Amino acid sequence: MAEVVTRDFVSATQAAVKDTQLRQALRRAGTGFDGTRREAIHEVTPEVWEEWREQARRIKEHTIGHLDYYLEMLERNVTAAGGRVHFAADAGQANAIVAQIARDNGVRTVTKSKSMVSEELGLNHVLEAQGIDVFETDLGEYIIQLANETPSHLVAPALHKTRRQVAQLFADQLGVPYSEDIEEMARIARVVLRQKFLDADMGISGANFLVAETGSLVIITNEGNGRLCTSAPRVHVGLAGMEKVIPSLQDLAVFLRLLPRSATGQRITSYMSMVTGPRRPDDEDGPEEFHLVIVDNGRSRLLADPALRESLYCIRCGACLNVCPVYQRVGGHAYGWVYPGPIGSIVTPGLVGLGQAKDLPNASTLCGACRDACPVQINIPRMLLHLRHVAAEGQGSYQGTGSDTESLFARGFAAVMSSPRLLNLGRKMGRWLLAPLANRGVLGQTRLPVVSRWTRARDLPIPPPRSFAEIWRDELSNSGSDSKRA
Amino acid sequence: MSQPRTIRASLFTTCIVDQLYPEVGVSVVRVLRRAGVEVDYPEGQTCCGQPLYNSGFTGEARKLAERTLNLLDDRAFVVVPSGSCGAMMRVFYLDLFADDPELQARARDLSQRVYEFTEFLVDVVGYEPATGDQPERGCRVAYHPSCHLLREMEVTGAPQRLLDAAPGIERVDLPDAEQCCGFGGTFAIKYPHISEEMLADKVAAATGSGADTLTACDMGCLMHIGGAVSRQKLPLRVRHIAQLLDGESG
Ligand code: SF4
Repeated sequence: MAEVVTRDFVSATQAAVKDTQLRQALRRAGTGFDGTRREAIHEVTPEVWEEWREQARRIKEHTIGHLDYYLEMLERNVTAAGGRVHFAADAGQANAIVAQIARDNGVRTVTKSKSMVSEELGLNHVLEAQGIDVFETDLGEYIIQLANETPSHLVAPALHKTRRQVAQLFADQLGVPYSEDIEEMARIARVVLRQKFLDADMGISGANFLVAETGSLVIITNEGNGRLCTSAPRVHVGLAGMEKVIPSLQDLAVFLRLLPRSATGQRITSYMSMVTGPRRPDDEDGPEEFHLVIVDNGRSRLLADPALRESLYCIRCGACLNVCPVYQRVGGHAYGWVYPGPIGSIVTPGLVGLGQAKDLPNASTLCGACRDACPVQINIPRMLLHLRHVAAEGQGSYQGTGSDTESLFARGFAAVMSSPRLLNLGRKMGRWLLAPLANRGVLGQTRLPVVSRWTRARDLPIPPPRSFAEIWRDELSNSGSDSKRA
Repeated sequence: MSQPRTIRASLFTTCIVDQLYPEVGVSVVRVLRRAGVEVDYPEGQTCCGQPLYNSGFTGEARKLAERTLNLLDDRAFVVVPSGSCGAMMRVFYLDLFADDPELQARARDLSQRVYEFTEFLVDVVGYEPATGDQPERGCRVAYHPSCHLLREMEVTGAPQRLLDAAPGIERVDLPDAEQCCGFGGTFAIKYPHISEEMLADKVAAATGSGADTLTACDMGCLMHIGGAVSRQKLPLRVRHIAQLLDGESG
């Protein structure tokens, strides 16, 4: 499985917020993708958009609620079309299955179209260790493969790189003349990759959707590389998380409307490929073998938890990243695993364990922009709150290790707030302690523990002599009795 | 001519206004009274439990939430000068008491009676600030819609309407207004380096808007934004909307 470095969240984000190139690159998600997304919604009208979201939500609710049923149907229909279905309980099993398929077929070269699950599994390293050459063919994935990095965005894996950085990377790694022209860079990649497509023995793809009724794998791309990966090589292996299944082709329609608009603001995707089994005798092209590897890797834990189940409705459109004020400042790598941003802050603790990813649910202001943007109406803030609760009060299978200081603080806060007398006493003590340190009525920079984390950049008001309750009693209540409860 | 029925409202000031910004509470009372509302103040109120709930301490939050329910059970309307605490009482109490039908029923009842201050003035009272009133005059105001007011309570127009109607107040557009200011309660001290980046953008938007005053309906966000404005000695006043409508904030 891909390495988890979520523990370094604080230091990683401290570095990220100072990275001006990163900030510049991230604007593409914020003003670029999100801007066009809003235009696309405006075009179809918000009312229609809401109808689509609700429809998509209902389909996901229904399918995830009957996942075993639809997975069985899918398996039957893939098999009937001549393909093979493999169920992998974890990353180790999934990698072993793909490696075995490669060995069985004497595979030397693999081309891949974009697959987040393969990133999650860390599959490339496993295949490479076996002496297989692996080439990413999605332009963004190709860039980060050249740079030996991981994706930083669900839809645009190389989003964190500026045009200049990519130009330099191409010049260094491919020995081509330095050019910042995007067309030219795409042309270079196309030339390099075209040969790989011809050489490849095996193509690996992800899946945006798996259609149970027809046994089809659906991939949506803008570059057409997915189509080459799934049709040119002798063997095609599709990788998908088990939540990707939908019942029927009819259900696919609404997602085809929602996904491109949510991801990039496009009305329609450039390419949609639907793969149903291997090549049939009368087909002109297509692979001889088709394998579908369906990956659990922690997803059944999410499925079993009613509070987190809806994270499995995600169609990985990236809209929640593009609107997230935190993602916008820190970028995807700081999240420390494969899935960044708001949905990553749910999925990562869910899949790798909350103990390893405690910062993620906390690193949000709960502003709710992600939920409003999500095409499947996933209530991300509510799940973040749930994970905070599990971490703080330690229940359930995601139990983290809540900090003792914090829980002491919480109990103290609750005790003070349970007593208006204590609360007033607290204010008076605060005033007595802080007033001597004040300047122009506020507390400036200070070394006081905790408080200093506030005052690094913001002044703090000194508690006033009277509370509102006291002012009310002294001046505002007309008759003392009307305000008291009988 | 028959007298219109008097509207009675119980004020829940929120702990931050009670303890740190009592002048905001005073303005809230004055504006409500000017709008013809009979205001009472349930004594013994403290905190709705939101900071604990947001930090995951559901058990402790429930104690404060139950305490608040006890205080507000039989009040006709509850008015809260905060979108954040209002959202806690209208939306999150229902989640908090999901496993307790009796308390959840009481929470549901409260959720139908609780209003944010500007929402109450516009939707319930139908108040229009008039020339007879004395709002703040001659100021150019940028309004920051705080996240929970906007996305949890779904109050999208009331504050702007009041500002636009108030004589002497000119409202200017705040760029990227719906971007979070970066407060987020404990977020501001757990991840100050991220919070400060968001804060810097909000402050830049406000100072670049041409406004001389920034306003919002939440003292939490305003303590955070105002704290930076004060630190940087910027020529921008930061006021709760009640203070502007009251006109006595100086
Ligand atoms: S959570 Fe929603 S908005 Fe975020 S990537 Fe998934 S589907 Fe898209």
